[in-house]
Amino acid sequence: MTTRLRVLDDGAWVSVNDSREVRVSELWRLDASDLCACELTDLVVENFQSVGVDGATVAARVYGQCIACGSTGTTGWIPIGRVRGGEFVEFDRSAVRRVRQGE
Amino acid sequence: MPTDVENWKSEVYGNEVRDRLFEFAEEGYDSIPDDERDAWFERFKWWGLYHQRNGQEGYFMMRIGTPNGVLEPGQLRTVGEIADEYARGPGTNPVFGDAYADFTTRQSIQLHWIELSDVPAIFEKLEENGLSTQQACGDSWRNIVGNPVAGKDGQEVIDAWPVIRNLNETFKRDDDHANLPRKWKVSVTGSADGSGQGDINDLAFEPAYKSVGDDESEDAVGFNVRVGGGLARNEPRLARDIDVWVPPERVPDVAGGLSALFRDYGDREDRYNARVKFLVDEWGADEVRETLQSEYVDFELKTAGRDVREEYTYNAGEGERNDLIGVHDQKDGQNFVGLNVLVGRMGADDVLELADLAEQYGSGEVRLSQRQNVIVTDVPDDALDEFLDEPLLEHHAPDPSPFMRGSVACTGTEFCSLSIVETKNRQVRFARWLKANVDLPDGVDEFHVHLSGCTASCAQPQIADVSLRGMKTRKDGEPVEALDVGLGGGLGENPQFARWVTQRVPVDEVPGAIANLVESFAAGRDEGESFRAFVARHDESELDAFVEPEETDYEDPMMHNTKRTWYPYAEHDSMEDAPSTPADD
Ligand code: HEM
Ligand code: SF4
Repeated sequence: MTTRLRVLDDGAWVSVNDSREVRVSELWRLDASDLCACELTDLVVENFQSVGVDGATVAARVYGQCIACGSTGTTGWIPIGRVRGGEFVEFDRSAVRRVRQGE
Repeated sequence: MPTDVENWKSEVYGNEVRDRLFEFAEEGYDSIPDDERDAWFERFKWWGLYHQRNGQEGYFMMRIGTPNGVLEPGQLRTVGEIADEYARGPGTNPVFGDAYADFTTRQSIQLHWIELSDVPAIFEKLEENGLSTQQACGDSWRNIVGNPVAGKDGQEVIDAWPVIRNLNETFKRDDDHANLPRKWKVSVTGSADGSGQGDINDLAFEPAYKSVGDDESEDAVGFNVRVGGGLARNEPRLARDIDVWVPPERVPDVAGGLSALFRDYGDREDRYNARVKFLVDEWGADEVRETLQSEYVDFELKTAGRDVREEYTYNAGEGERNDLIGVHDQKDGQNFVGLNVLVGRMGADDVLELADLAEQYGSGEVRLSQRQNVIVTDVPDDALDEFLDEPLLEHHAPDPSPFMRGSVACTGTEFCSLSIVETKNRQVRFARWLKANVDLPDGVDEFHVHLSGCTASCAQPQIADVSLRGMKTRKDGEPVEALDVGLGGGLGENPQFARWVTQRVPVDEVPGAIANLVESFAAGRDEGESFRAFVARHDESELDAFVEPEETDYEDPMMHNTKRTWYPYAEHDSMEDAPSTPADD
């Protein structure tokens, strides 16, 4: 089954199978991000740049700012959730997310 | 690869969206197929409908484009009646109540909680009264802005109103200009005060004189042309001078040529790079001019004329007429009276009452400024005192505190998907606290504070004395809403964007920070110095030290993540308590 993925409303949303699922303005903790030198990036998500899927895992590249050090920029691909049987389930937002390497 | 939005637009866009919109309205919100919803919401923007954020499914923001902010006699009443009847949703705003209209920074009107099923009735009523939502959002010619009192202003160099009306009639509905790579914001100003804010628009026409005639002995009045201004996305740009002067009758040719140039050469692959400001970055002003000349106009462009920028006062940091509040002379001997509308939002009852007053004391006409305020025009001298005594003007004052008249705020988390923080109600709280607790130094009677909920910059924060922009921070480990603080922005002859000097101030410490800043300004100010000039002669670390965030007796009830509520002011505000999509009735 193909998964329809889109960034909508000028980067405010990730839409999965025509439903607005993941929004900006949340704080995500990132391990090993290339955005800044902090051990854990404390990222305010300001804009989704692109969204993609690898198997069942949906990942996005986002523009944002680390509120611990103030660095801004666009991240690598961050897994944000999983599609199971056509249903999207977002990963726990309070958990640390890891940028996928090698892309 | 073209973006989804480009694909959707190439299938259906512009005028033809209307029929489908009406069918969906007729058959109910649920009749929009799930897998077409994203596409239709994008297309509805062209007709001024923008789906509100999550938790508010099925409710729309509706924008009415009023060219140059002009509401002809009777039109404000129409707006008030529509707000009263249709802009009522499941949430009540604690400051503004249940039904209200927002006057925006681009001289438009925004209503919220609009249901799709009501759209045909609203459009019918708008159109019967000469109003429209067409192209109020979406990728095309947006509402044209300018000096709102064009045609009446005692300080006018040239009457821009017929020019604006003509552009509006020519390029709204024109299929050749309906689908642009991105929004296209045009400003046409005819007065010497700079109140059209051309510098921050995609395309600006500014008053200028040019020697014409065979021996160049005649002085004609027309416009100089600038291209590629805009504030969004941490990439603010001032419109660039392309060294062109046009007489008023040629404005549509040049404006249409530039809009076509943008249509053909703008970036349709990457929406973040699509605004014409980026094309001007890439090409430079010379190439824009050369391409316009060689491909888009069939007459020889004249070089720029003598502008009147040195006379600009609007939002310039000092001098007279920083805004259009208060009583001012019209050229016909009558008066226009600018009234403060705090953060641009007015309850429907007040809108209707203002419509009555405008009829009673003036011609019935009302105009909107880019500082989110209203102007009642055509008030004769002998009616002035009585008008100024009206109770409505105690609240919407012609002589408000600098902190009230200087406040501008965008939509924010109340309705907007992009927002990071609560804005309008917060700016109301800030302004009230500052008014009660802070005194500006003698002789300083203007102080502009603009609050935007994100980097899209709808409240134009970069051109304020104090710029506030939504962010997050942690306070005692807990995530809280925060604001970045910028200083010293403004327009005028030499416009200047604010410098972001202090990052991520928790929202409850912002009023204290501004109070401390004003104190440092009062202590360190040279005699007669404006705030903007004071900021200009300090470096960023000095300014950062002046800001000094501090808790005060100001309390902020919206420190938490207001985006995680379905509506920040609801008693039961969690997403689980969100109302279901409105039923069709
Ligand atoms: C739900 C509400 C709103 C949404 C979703 C929204 C969305 C946006 C977006 C995405 C941008 C960035 C444009 C770009 O990068 O090209 C923007 C900029 C802007 N919008 Fe809004 N907006 C909203 C409300 C308003 C209101 C009420 C006004 C006043 C008419 C307004 C005026 C502006 C201005 C002046 C800019 C920035 C200047 C510029 O780059 O040209 N917006 N808005
Ligand atoms: S500045 Fe951001 S938060 Fe405010 S209305 Fe514009 S898009 Fe929304």
